[in-house]
Amino acid sequence: MQDEKSLARKAMVRPDSMQMLIDLEAGARGVVRQLRGGNEFANRIATLGFTIGAEISVIQNYGRGPVIVAVRDTRVALGRGEAAKVLVEVVRA
Amino acid sequence: MDDSTRNSITVALAGQPNVGKSTVFNMLTGLSQHVGNWPGKTVEQKLGEFSQDGRAVRLVDLPGIYSLTANSEEERIARDFIIRERPDVVVVIANAAALERNLYLVAELLALPVPIVVGLNMLDVAERHGLRVEPHVLAATLGVPVVPLIASKNKGVRDLLDAALYVMDAPAPESCTRKCAFCTEFAPNRPTIRAEHRPVLEQIRTLVHGRVPLPYPEDWVALKLLEGDAEIARLMHETTPDVWERIHAVLLQHEDAYLDIVGGRYEWVERMVRAAVVHPRTGVVCLTDRVDRVATHPLWGLALLLGLFGLVFWLTYTVAMPIVDWLDAALIGPLTEWVNATFTPVSPWLAGLIADGILGGAGTVLTFVPILVIFFAALGALEDVGYMARAAYVMDRFMHWMGLHGKSFLPLFLGFGCNVPAVIGAPRIMDDRRARLLTILLAPLVPCTARLAVIAFLAPAFFGRAATLVSWGLVAANLAILALVGIAINRLIFKGVHTAFIMEMPLYHLPNARTIGLSVWHNTVAFIQKAGTIIVVVSIVIWALSMLPGGDVEGSLLAGLGRGLSPLGGWMGLSDWRLIVALLTSFIAKENTIATLGILYGSGEADAGLAEQLTGVLGPAAALAFLVVQMTFIPCVATVAVIKQETASWKWTVFSVCLLLAISFAAGSAVYQTAVFFNIPR
Repeated sequence: MQDEKSLARKAMVRPDSMQMLIDLEAGARGVVRQLRGGNEFANRIATLGFTIGAEISVIQNYGRGPVIVAVRDTRVALGRGEAAKVLVEVVRA
Repeated sequence: MDDSTRNSITVALAGQPNVGKSTVFNMLTGLSQHVGNWPGKTVEQKLGEFSQDGRAVRLVDLPGIYSLTANSEEERIARDFIIRERPDVVVVIANAAALERNLYLVAELLALPVPIVVGLNMLDVAERHGLRVEPHVLAATLGVPVVPLIASKNKGVRDLLDAALYVMDAPAPESCTRKCAFCTEFAPNRPTIRAEHRPVLEQIRTLVHGRVPLPYPEDWVALKLLEGDAEIARLMHETTPDVWERIHAVLLQHEDAYLDIVGGRYEWVERMVRAAVVHPRTGVVCLTDRVDRVATHPLWGLALLLGLFGLVFWLTYTVAMPIVDWLDAALIGPLTEWVNATFTPVSPWLAGLIADGILGGAGTVLTFVPILVIFFAALGALEDVGYMARAAYVMDRFMHWMGLHGKSFLPLFLGFGCNVPAVIGAPRIMDDRRARLLTILLAPLVPCTARLAVIAFLAPAFFGRAATLVSWGLVAANLAILALVGIAINRLIFKGVHTAFIMEMPLYHLPNARTIGLSVWHNTVAFIQKAGTIIVVVSIVIWALSMLPGGDVEGSLLAGLGRGLSPLGGWMGLSDWRLIVALLTSFIAKENTIATLGILYGSGEADAGLAEQLTGVLGPAAALAFLVVQMTFIPCVATVAVIKQETASWKWTVFSVCLLLAISFAAGSAVYQTAVFFNIPR
């Protein structure tokens, strides 16, 4: 049931415009569109400000080590595994 | 909590991490605070008492939390306290430089039936980052008193308390005699949930109506159920098995509702903030970003970390070591002589008990206080500036190998000073039980000051010019063992589960001397209390074992044990029972190794004579094995005591001791046998 639901959710957004947060380079800006990785994780990260529709900008991503993201006036470091579960739509400047 | 006695009131202090909450707490309470643990928990609890306008105020510092979910122990403690203990008022400290995220906690707290007051802190930091926040506008939109603060300069802290007492008394506005500028009638603009979820919430509310156990508020329980809160779900499942099926069915259909509820709260927050905050031009690069370009760079960040922590070590050793030596020479030494001179005529046993048992064990541990004070102060300053989050960030890559994340690095680093605060610190930093346990198990493998002191004494005796090289090699090998054990425990016992790394990187700001001073004070007092109680008791027990039944070490129970173990020691080239006994007595305190060797090899004290005698007994191979075993041997009794306390489990405590025994035996044997294989003299 969970799988069906997340599949349905995935189908609703255009896959070409969505990227994992982990794949964004420093300086990139985006809007959070989906949180994967189970309810507990999604709940935890949403309360930190990563709600659906929240604007984020990547401050640092060296391709290894945690990613630093600015969300709602806050800098948050996310492990690579965690950052892979946040799907964003990139906003072109 | 008793409404009839308004002369004694309880104020709860809430706030997210990194908002200056403890600074506010310290400004209000000073040294009249008690630091302990929340009942049955490993989370630190701080209580303070003082009086204001003739009333006794009990100030309870709630753990730093981002929200009121059941996702962490801290959050459960905070909300349980507010719901069950019913504080008269909750003061929420918010960081003006990150207002949106901070007001999220306010949005959650407003769902509970308790008056709240917001302390808007770090206005200066916000201003420096180009943010202007207008407290009175925020107060008007929130409908809650908002008091501007610069806690680090003690500005506004008393006003905050005035506002809290005012709201608590909740008089009609005109009856307020104080008329402080920041008071607003407490008429909060509470967040509501999005229209599409209102019918479901209503449905749940109807289902739980009249069934929610006191003191939980019904509306709040309904909301938390819809948010998928596991703890509240369990509560309702247990207390209302008859309707739970129906509630559960409704909840299953709305599993995603929490995303909308959280999103809705943030929308509410955005509305509150919009009017009160003037945002900076986009593209402004602030100080924090500039510093972080170095501090969180994969290469420069690591270099900075090593440099800073090297500096901490240098500072600790150059400032504290002379004081430790002085304490040992000027205090413990003469005191021991005095005890011997005074009590030996009365009873040699009593003299031995006090001089060798208590002063030799617990007393020596106490002389390490200067090291800890410097260490705590340096680390406290780095923490207060905001650097520790960066250290954790840089170390995350390496800690990941052990299934830990960067945050575990901090308590482990504390272990270089003394393993005791490392074990105590582990639960206070980590948010997940598995990571806490693994950090506690690894902490004794960090070479503490006492072990390093033994190496510093013995390595030159055994290896002469090569001593520095050997010492560094031993420390490096020790850390390599730590990493390997971490990887192994994670793979074998915890099945390779990884802990999520989600950490706020606070803005850098100037440190506050008072906050650092108080943290040094509390940590040191806690350490001394430990040394004064449990360490004294166990020191006496071990001393007794080394004296009974004959009154000398050679014929004692401990020596008997040493002889019994010498076949095992043979594997490591340590077949001399005296070496085994020296290791066993290091259980009291690591530096006892030297003292025991001194006694057993008859030189009476640890001087050059001992070094010569030891080189006569041990060849380089066995000497190296001895040092390796000494480094990795079971932790001292103080560490074992706190392991038991923090894990609250004999099973894990015994496991930790056995693990280290096995490691030291394996490492010692491996070193000796390898050395012998390469024809290094035994």
